[in-house]
Amino acid sequence: MKDNYSVVIFYSTSAAIRAESLAQKVNLKVKLIPVPRHLSSDCGICLQFNNKDQQSIKEILVEKKIEYDDIYEI
Amino acid sequence: MIYLDNAATSYPKPKEVGQAMMYFLEKVGATPGRSSHRLSIESARILYQARESLAELFNVDDPLRIIFTLNVTEALNLTLKGLLWPGDQVITSSIEHNSVMRPLRELEKRGVEVKVVPCSSQGVLDPVDLERAIKKNTKLIVLNHGSNVIGSLIPITVVGEMAKRHHILFLVDTAQTAGCYPLDIKKDNIDLLAFTGHKALYGPPGTGGLVIGERVNTKKLIPLKVGGTGSHSEFEEQPDFLPDIYESGTSNIVGLNGLKEGVRFVLAEGVDKIHQHEKNLIIRLIERLKEIPEVTLYGGDYRKEQVAVVSFNLKDKWPSEVGMRLDEEYDIMCRVGLHCSPATHKTIGTFPRGTVRFSMSWFNTLEEVDQAIMAIRDIAKGA
Repeated sequence: MKDNYSVVIFYSTSAAIRAESLAQKVNLKVKLIPVPRHLSSDCGICLQFNNKDQQSIKEILVEKKIEYDDIYEI
Repeated sequence: MIYLDNAATSYPKPKEVGQAMMYFLEKVGATPGRSSHRLSIESARILYQARESLAELFNVDDPLRIIFTLNVTEALNLTLKGLLWPGDQVITSSIEHNSVMRPLRELEKRGVEVKVVPCSSQGVLDPVDLERAIKKNTKLIVLNHGSNVIGSLIPITVVGEMAKRHHILFLVDTAQTAGCYPLDIKKDNIDLLAFTGHKALYGPPGTGGLVIGERVNTKKLIPLKVGGTGSHSEFEEQPDFLPDIYESGTSNIVGLNGLKEGVRFVLAEGVDKIHQHEKNLIIRLIERLKEIPEVTLYGGDYRKEQVAVVSFNLKDKWPSEVGMRLDEEYDIMCRVGLHCSPATHKTIGTFPRGTVRFSMSWFNTLEEVDQAIMAIRDIAKGA
């Protein structure tokens, strides 16, 4: 079965990098990618993750108080 | 060659510092946080890792509450000029560096009330005197943690607790202590911790920053400069979130990658171990200096905690003459004069003559201390 992905859109690159670092520390597979053209963003990169990890990603964002714009399925 | 001018800039640096700087120039190169290609992302990661290392060192939960500046002077200017307005009172001590005194004297002309609490001639600040100076309009206490002239320490934990109790913000200048003396923003109740990269953090010159504690409302700390941040680019107003609000323009990422390695070196060796080594050096240096009759030492009881900085004078000799002879005849580098701190020299009674200052780092040895003592003995005897 093909994997399905979502992305977190951030206001700043620093927040995106921090989210990547924290996700990698708990072995979540994530990737920083340019923001897909149909989504608007303040900073140029977003964090892509596997949909099955949605809950874990959200927990990191909330627990570490990382400000983000939104999460979109791509 | 013996280098005893580490309170100005530490030298040598761990080899990883230069390697990391070269690595950045050769392999990464790009601006952090702007473009979305792989090199720009890598550059942003480096910046984040530098914040992460410092967060570990100072016990900061969110690395994004650490912002980078050119040096501690810029971090102090940002805080003082961004926070204090006419009608506010600020309390400081009489052993501050000009990096604090000059911005404060400038602000004073604009209507900020500046209260300088005197320290003893040994550089000791009594927190009771400080508490007595607190008024209704006191907004900030700013203190130099470790004296760059005599190495004495301010009891920041006590002052931090006091500031918190009075709902006043506490800014600490850690130029002489970050990296060589334990610092913990939570335990020490520090709201704003200004640091420089090129001293005991073993980074290159041109690096420094500010830790912004949870009690600080960033809406009330106005940026010193605004400009491009790579974020909020559709707006012509400065973004209001950390760290972007205080970091405009492409940062010194080459230097900051070096600083990252310097901080990692400090973390790997351990601040306590570094402090103990420097304490061994300074105790030996002071004990030997005391044995030379022509030497006048400044400062307090050196058995107590202090940083590895000492000031002294030789009978009938100008500091400049001593410094030149140490350099030219003995291959020893130190700093003489007023050390950018006329306030301290007035406090210890050496203004305007100044002193000879020796300051050490992790890389100095007891043998070097002994050689420096032999040189001072020679010069003192007029040899």
